[in-house]
Amino acid sequence: MVLTIKDLSPEEYFLPGNAACSGCSAVMSLRVALKVLGPRTIVTIPACCSSVIQGYYPKSPARVPFINTAFAATAASASGIRAALEIKGKEGINVLGWAGDGGTADIGIQALSGAAERNEDFIYVCYDNEAYMNTGTQGSGATPRGAVTTTTVTGKKERKKNIPEIMIAHDIPYVATACAAYPLDFAEKLKKAMDLKGLRYIHLISPCPPGWRFPAEKTVEVGKMAVATGAWILYEWQEGRYALTGLSRGMLKKANRKPIMEYLKLQGRFGKLTAADVNDLQADLDAAWDKMSRKVGEVPPSPDK
Amino acid sequence: MQATSEREEGVGKAKAKQKVALSSPSEGASGLTGMWRIKKPLMDQGKCNKCLICWLYCPEAAITRDKENRVSINYEFCKGCGICGEVCPSKAIVIVKEV
Amino acid sequence: MRSARAEIVAAYPITPQTQIIEKLAEFIAKGEMRARYIRVESEHSAMAACISAEACGARSFTATSSHGLLYMSELIFWAGMGRFPVTMAVVNRALAPPWSIWNEHTDILTQRDAGWVIMMCENAQEAYDTAVQAFKIAEDERVTQPVMYGLDAFTLSHTAENVDPLDQRDVDGFLPPLDPSKLAVYMDTDHPITFGNLLGPDMMMEFRHKVMEGMSAATGVIEEVARDYANVSGRPQTGLLEDYRCNDAEVAVVSIGASSGDAKDAVDQLRDEGVRAGMVKLRVIRPFPAERLREKLGTIKAVAVVDRDYSYGFGGILAGDTMATLKRGVARYIAGLGGRDISVADFRGMMMDSLKASEEGNEPPEVWWNLKEVP
Repeated sequence: MVLTIKDLSPEEYFLPGNAACSGCSAVMSLRVALKVLGPRTIVTIPACCSSVIQGYYPKSPARVPFINTAFAATAASASGIRAALEIKGKEGINVLGWAGDGGTADIGIQALSGAAERNEDFIYVCYDNEAYMNTGTQGSGATPRGAVTTTTVTGKKERKKNIPEIMIAHDIPYVATACAAYPLDFAEKLKKAMDLKGLRYIHLISPCPPGWRFPAEKTVEVGKMAVATGAWILYEWQEGRYALTGLSRGMLKKANRKPIMEYLKLQGRFGKLTAADVNDLQADLDAAWDKMSRKVGEVPPSPDK
Repeated sequence: MQATSEREEGVGKAKAKQKVALSSPSEGASGLTGMWRIKKPLMDQGKCNKCLICWLYCPEAAITRDKENRVSINYEFCKGCGICGEVCPSKAIVIVKEV
Repeated sequence: MRSARAEIVAAYPITPQTQIIEKLAEFIAKGEMRARYIRVESEHSAMAACISAEACGARSFTATSSHGLLYMSELIFWAGMGRFPVTMAVVNRALAPPWSIWNEHTDILTQRDAGWVIMMCENAQEAYDTAVQAFKIAEDERVTQPVMYGLDAFTLSHTAENVDPLDQRDVDGFLPPLDPSKLAVYMDTDHPITFGNLLGPDMMMEFRHKVMEGMSAATGVIEEVARDYANVSGRPQTGLLEDYRCNDAEVAVVSIGASSGDAKDAVDQLRDEGVRAGMVKLRVIRPFPAERLREKLGTIKAVAVVDRDYSYGFGGILAGDTMATLKRGVARYIAGLGGRDISVADFRGMMMDSLKASEEGNEPPEVWWNLKEVP
């Protein structure tokens, strides 16, 4: 279904006056997510920006139950929540694991993989600001090639870990990518996920003004450019089938993708790139799209009856 | 980091039945974040066509909407990021320096 | 666990705990236990799952040993500081390297600062009885702290002994279902709260003080629960510690766990030979039963603490706690590390050694009992 702004609940489940940086797309997305999931939701959050964003006792911006957990433990915590709800016979409650890229791709990957193998019944959203932003922008497995962080000082040499593909390899019921700049696309994916059971994974790219080095008001522009250049691909995967969503749908042809420089030049973290580096990144991107075009064209084998 | 009255409220809570620190839903969990602003958005209601795009994108939920989809800015908490000014298709929001 | 109606079991296998979790998985699969088994991929995740499950109102349990316990440690502190009344069986096994699968107490003692009630079991019957009592202690609203109990590797975990379980109706009467209103943290969509966001220096001490109070209250609750359980089971129960022939003792040995059986035999032998020997078995390590220990050992000349553990750079952990409690030196014996047997003869030897030292009026040095030459 296609959601419009007016389909989103006017209720706020994440209140203002929280500790998020000015222009933060993580809190922007969490606010949208909770509107879609509604009040019958329990959220578990590991150490990450979103734990600090919750501000100080005795207050919290959250109008749904939030249980904070240890850095590596999001998926295990979510598993425990669902197991308890089931044994207590409590139905119709969404369980959301909301974690950053570090807590998903690096320290949290073990628990996430275990939960995926067990097909635990919850929604996991990784809001990916592509570094350890909460601790001051250190490189993570999700930091893209070429980005400067405090531990990839001359620009990261290695490629970004492809977590959505890792989740697809676990054969869970639903995997999708999203972008904070396209909240309605994100909302649609959440709504779809809500109607499924088992582990549903959404990887949301989350531009970060202080970490990516751009002015706070450009958050949405940067997010949109990530998609418009093809640096970030919006897609869904279910039962072996890939489908592009949103603007990504029209971008299989290279000519329909803006040059990657349009995205890179907006962000100070790519300030160390040479022209040769930019060409390499463009080549990486085009290769990723070639792969994707073959994947979306594939029809999965029909299951044995 | 916390105002005196908030600290007292905290002490009151601690002395009450709470066995661990449990935080309650509240605006201002990090104080009056409107004080962070160095720029602020000004809305021209005449130009606003009630598309709600600013409301959608405000990270803070600092843009409130009423039943007729009129929007207004909650300056207590608006951090002055300026995203609303960037996304408004009608140019109904202007970002000015905070004084 | 089946008797106690644990509802969530989240566990990861480690020698020598595997029997416990396999049995539970079997009970659950056969429908003999109405619980959900979460086959977690690490001990760290096991405790994370238990904590969050407990926060949603489900009685939760896990079991582990040595390395699993240490891997879990971050969440062990989370459970203690967050006051989640989960319970856990710990099969006490030496830490590596080198690899050892044999009995040692260092593992469980590394967690003594985490705000858990820590108990030690002498035999399989005590393990069953303690497992049931553990939930009652943990969930008591005066305590609301997690409880772990140690079982000595192989001597307890792998020997077959007769265990007399309670009738389920008796257990149910003794241990009613978990009451969420007594939980410190309860996730309820009708009354949303946030657990675990930032707490500034202005209030942390106050909330840690509450944990301290819960632990202090556990001292009394453990004894109460033991009395109640003794009534229900018809079996006498050890509360905080067991005093064996200490009344007029001139020398007493302090021990924990399965070795206590051999210690008692040593006491009996010495008594037959005219030595007024006695034994104190600590059933509870945390909250450390200081008052009880002072009562039992206060007037005894020679106290021999046997540590099947070590705090490198300090000494035996139980000896340290005992000395701090008695405010005097004790004879300190390190024995049984890595699973080496502590025989009846060893206990006799240590008691006689400590008696001699006290008669000579010496501050006895720490003794690593029967240490061999290394090639």
